[in-house]
Amino acid sequence: MKSLNHRTKVVILTAVMFVLLVAVYACGILISEEAVTGSFLNAKRPPCLEHPFGTDALGRDLFLRTLKGLSVSITVGLVASLISAVIAVLVGIAAANGSKWVDALINWIIDLVMSVPHTILIILISFALGRGLKGLLMGIAATHWCSLARLIRGEVLQLRSQQYVAVSRKLGKSSGWILTNHLLPHLVPQFFVGLILMFPHAILHEASISFLGFGLPPEQPAIGIILSESMRYLSTGMWWIAVLPGLTLVLIVLLIDKFGDHLRMILDPYSAQE
Amino acid sequence: MALEAKNIYFRYDRKQPWILEDCSVRVEKGERLAIFAPSGYGKTTLAMLLAGYLEPAKGQILLDEKPLPKRGICPVQLIYQHPEKAINPRWRLKRVLEESGQLREDVLDAFGIERAWLDRFPRELSGGELQRFCVARALMSGAEYIICDEISTMMDVITQAQIWNVVLKEAGKRNMGIIAVTHNKHLAERIATRTIDLSI
Repeated sequence: MKSLNHRTKVVILTAVMFVLLVAVYACGILISEEAVTGSFLNAKRPPCLEHPFGTDALGRDLFLRTLKGLSVSITVGLVASLISAVIAVLVGIAAANGSKWVDALINWIIDLVMSVPHTILIILISFALGRGLKGLLMGIAATHWCSLARLIRGEVLQLRSQQYVAVSRKLGKSSGWILTNHLLPHLVPQFFVGLILMFPHAILHEASISFLGFGLPPEQPAIGIILSESMRYLSTGMWWIAVLPGLTLVLIVLLIDKFGDHLRMILDPYSAQE
Repeated sequence: MALEAKNIYFRYDRKQPWILEDCSVRVEKGERLAIFAPSGYGKTTLAMLLAGYLEPAKGQILLDEKPLPKRGICPVQLIYQHPEKAINPRWRLKRVLEESGQLREDVLDAFGIERAWLDRFPRELSGGELQRFCVARALMSGAEYIICDEISTMMDVITQAQIWNVVLKEAGKRNMGIIAVTHNKHLAERIATRTIDLSI
């Protein structure tokens, strides 16, 4: 058998990661509500074959609850980072194409948003919008676009100074035509990679805000909720409620981060042919 | 009917000396002018000024006694020295010709562009092959003057001759004005009806 080259390996690895993420997400969706309602007879069991992650104080199976929580996290991460990335592209293009004062204003807003710690800003926005999924999504979306917007602004500025853009203008093409035909195709990789690298941030913020009690309601099976519940039982030696769900969250985040890295390698013309 | 630069001054930065000082050039329609100078004498700058890519600090660029149009198809088209920079690296070459409405059989034949090249990306062709696309693109309908900024420097002698033959034929047919910026004195003598030397 011919040995696989680097690119094929990366492509296969990326596909496997993608399938794994989709599987986690699908499992969480498919698990019924009944499966995560527990009985007090099973309460506080340490990890065993029947309950791989053990059970919590109410007798709910933690493995299923963690999976369901992860699917909520992935939804939040995906939607929030998608909104963020779209905002980033629009703002970045506006800053690079607009007049001087538009650019200055947008840069000032970016500096402003970046100067406030994310967590505090998300808590404020989420709280103001009545907590829950909506508040959390808006909070995360409104705070994460800045660095990508800056990146895209720089990219557009650099593209606009290219000879082929100047030539296109002399060939009688309008700014809109140049934007859609010359500039936007160059931004597609930036957009997707930015989106995926934002994803773990969004998930971790979701967990931390829910942990602090400003995010999802307590009956929803989210990782942050599980972790904050576990605080009450840690001192009685029930380590598994905190450690195992927490560890899975870290694993998922690492998986997505690696996925983003690999995707960048595939899309980036400078490393695509390695 | 002429393209002319009237007493233009230009420098890239206020702190720097003038690159072009009180420079005047005039090209009639149908005339072929060669601009000749050693490196660093502002040949490319003059080419970019004449095509409207740069604005002179003082003086005017006039086409038929009027300033160059800011929008729409520019009647003065510039062909750059480095074709690989003047073509979008993410476009198949078909789109480069489509962009100026030059994707026609007769254009392809005239410039010796092979059909197989049209579906390739710019990095898959050589500089000389790419330059044919740039020249074909610039000779769009609506162009009355073309400025060639050392367009044949990277080509072998046979390709140079081919490209220049096409340019001269097309320009002659449409009575276009040509400004050729070049290092090569023999080329200048061969193609131009008049030569000016910026270093004098």
